[in-house]
Amino acid sequence: MIVETGHYALVLALALALMQFAVPFVGARISDAALMRVAQPAAIAQFLFIALAYGALTYAHVVSDFSLVNVIENSHSLKPFIYKISGVWGNHEGSMLLWVLVLSLCGALIALFSPAIPDRLRADALAVQGLIGAAFLLFILLTSNPFARMTPAPWEGRDLNPILQDPGLAIHPPLLYLGYVGFSIVFSFAAAALIGGRIDAAWARVVRPWTLFAWIALTLGIAMGSYWAYYTLGWGGFWFWDPVENASLMPWLAGTALLHSAAVMEKREALKVWTIFLSILAFSLSLLGTFLVRSGVLTSVHAFASDPERGVFILAILVFFIGGALTLFAFRAGSLPTGGLFAPISREGALVVNNLLLSASCATVVIGTLYPLALEALTGEKISVGAPFFNTVLIPIALPLAALMPIGQMLPWKRGDLVAALQRLRAAFAIGVLAAAALAAYFGTPLLSIVAAGIAVYLIVGGVSDIAQRMALRTTSILSRLRGVPLSAWGASIAHAGMGLTILGLAAAGWGVENIVAMKPQQTYDVGPYQLAITAITPRNGPNYSEIYAAMDVQKGGATLARIEPAKRFYPARKMARSEAGIVTLGLGQIYAAIGDSHPDGTIDARLYYKPLVTLIWIGALVMAFGGACSLADRRLRIGVARRAAPAALPEAAE
Amino acid sequence: MKRLLTTALILLPLAAHAVTPGEMLADPALEARARAITGELRCLVCQNQSIDDSDAALAKDLRMLVREKLKEGLGDAQVRDYVHARYGDFVLLRPPLNSGTLLLWAAPALALLAGAGALWSASRRSRQTLATAPLTAEEQARLEALTRRAE
Repeated sequence: MIVETGHYALVLALALALMQFAVPFVGARISDAALMRVAQPAAIAQFLFIALAYGALTYAHVVSDFSLVNVIENSHSLKPFIYKISGVWGNHEGSMLLWVLVLSLCGALIALFSPAIPDRLRADALAVQGLIGAAFLLFILLTSNPFARMTPAPWEGRDLNPILQDPGLAIHPPLLYLGYVGFSIVFSFAAAALIGGRIDAAWARVVRPWTLFAWIALTLGIAMGSYWAYYTLGWGGFWFWDPVENASLMPWLAGTALLHSAAVMEKREALKVWTIFLSILAFSLSLLGTFLVRSGVLTSVHAFASDPERGVFILAILVFFIGGALTLFAFRAGSLPTGGLFAPISREGALVVNNLLLSASCATVVIGTLYPLALEALTGEKISVGAPFFNTVLIPIALPLAALMPIGQMLPWKRGDLVAALQRLRAAFAIGVLAAAALAAYFGTPLLSIVAAGIAVYLIVGGVSDIAQRMALRTTSILSRLRGVPLSAWGASIAHAGMGLTILGLAAAGWGVENIVAMKPQQTYDVGPYQLAITAITPRNGPNYSEIYAAMDVQKGGATLARIEPAKRFYPARKMARSEAGIVTLGLGQIYAAIGDSHPDGTIDARLYYKPLVTLIWIGALVMAFGGACSLADRRLRIGVARRAAPAALPEAAE
Repeated sequence: MKRLLTTALILLPLAAHAVTPGEMLADPALEARARAITGELRCLVCQNQSIDDSDAALAKDLRMLVREKLKEGLGDAQVRDYVHARYGDFVLLRPPLNSGTLLLWAAPALALLAGAGALWSASRRSRQTLATAPLTAEEQARLEALTRRAE
């Protein structure tokens, strides 16, 4: 009964989504305030009904209701509780339901937290949001019903894919979806602005917090996915340039560009047309990612089921929204007023270069991901576009971009002095060179690692010195100096420093040490500055798996620093095995071990790694997200969000 | 029972295992070359994995093949060409430059050029609007009135 209620709630949500589209849209056209105001309650109600449906599916998973096909295929009565909850989105139907849940949450957030924006803009934005929701609800109800029953119900389920039975599944998809789908808010506002034909700095001020919110979630989601891949896949890789990963990187790159161009638009009314275009692009790339992952065009861990019917349906949604938005854009862009002028050497100029490099990277990732599909469709030739391609073409764009970041931060708006900006970066530059020399002396080649690490250190110091120099300009007490620098400037500096930390972590990958050996118990093996020794190899039983693990001591100079337990696990319900890496963090680096086959002579195959500074890759992402949060907390940005902000007195635009 | 379980676990193929110690060449320099080559060859039956990372039987065969060829004294490029000739473009994770992939390799440069071109024309247009916006007669009259009043 609960399950049927959930199913019915989903149908009602579809009806509400259609209403959320039609009524306010008509209201905005005939300037009927009452019709326009239908948008808010409709959006909130749509969210509540989808939440109800989602709750019903979660309930079915938690109580192991094996009369549901979705539960049979993805659950097992012995599965740990947390995976019963996260398993809800560990499959195609459930993850699409999570997708629309987040989408409707975004709609509800617009409805609740945007009192200061014009009625017509809000009505149109919520109408577009409702239309997107209706399309995906229809997709779920027609092709991917999570509430399908089966009679007779079996006694036991088939369990969740072992790779997905990990805390990573509990965090990674919800964050990623918040990011992906968060850009729908920006998309809807862009479409609404195009429909209404009014775009100004106030629009940018409304949109920027939502962009930041989506960007923060996407940054964390990607970082989480990367760390998950790192520790589960067993050879310590953290980014594989897999099409599915690229699908999340594309909106991130577009979103990062958008964040910066929206800043220009908000402060200087310039780059309006471009900002609108990026707003459309960010969510379009999210949709493209959803299509690539969900359609079965690609098969991977993420494509839970491939079904051509679903692919065609999502493709239709994709073409409708992206095509519709771009047509609207082409139709309206010419009539949009162009904004403020600026000299090439200025903050705006630097942000334009930032946008150029980010968009070129984004285009490269999109083309690299789609090229093999297109080539095969057109000529039948099969090629592979893998990590070597992406590294070769993107590093030459990414490193100059990183080198330019602090310079842009040092330039004032409108017209700047490049020499003065470079002078303010002298210290950062010197420290970067010194750090590169020191790291080169300690770790040695490869050259790329040395150069990238030098740029990374310069980027970190450059970000921090901007804040330091701003504070030095003020002569009052330290506390008021801290307060004097706006939070959004703190945010930019912190986020840039975070990017520097991530690049430093990536650069250090070149200095990693690998030792692939058949290990004999009780014998020590060198990995970088550490030694590893197996003390025992023992079998053990988990709730729904059995494993053998090797107890390994991590030693340095004879002293045991830590014990790790790399294991191989077997999940009988799916007859699948997976490896569980043994990892210990020492300083900023990690020791990483995975075990393989045993041999009759008592040895066991093992892959041992020393990964210096590797944790910085993800720490950097956390710092970036923290920087974004600082920016989001800036009082001057909360105009569209906070209830207390008086619409009459517009605060000064943020940095 | 425990022993049986252990044996079963040992016999299972594992997703985590790529290069095994048994396959590796004794000469570290030669082995490093082998790793560099296999890292750029695709496992033909996997999802976007290099044969160096894959545990598939076919990947293992290819790894052995590369090492055999290196032991025979072939150069890196020769080994790569040998594998390429046998398995086609699909095996190369770094796509070869040919008429079919020209656009792919040129994509980043084209994207940058197109962006730079768009910027240039946009800046020219905005400068033109600045230069070619003379005051209307009405504005001129108003300006004169204002300056007269200021004087």
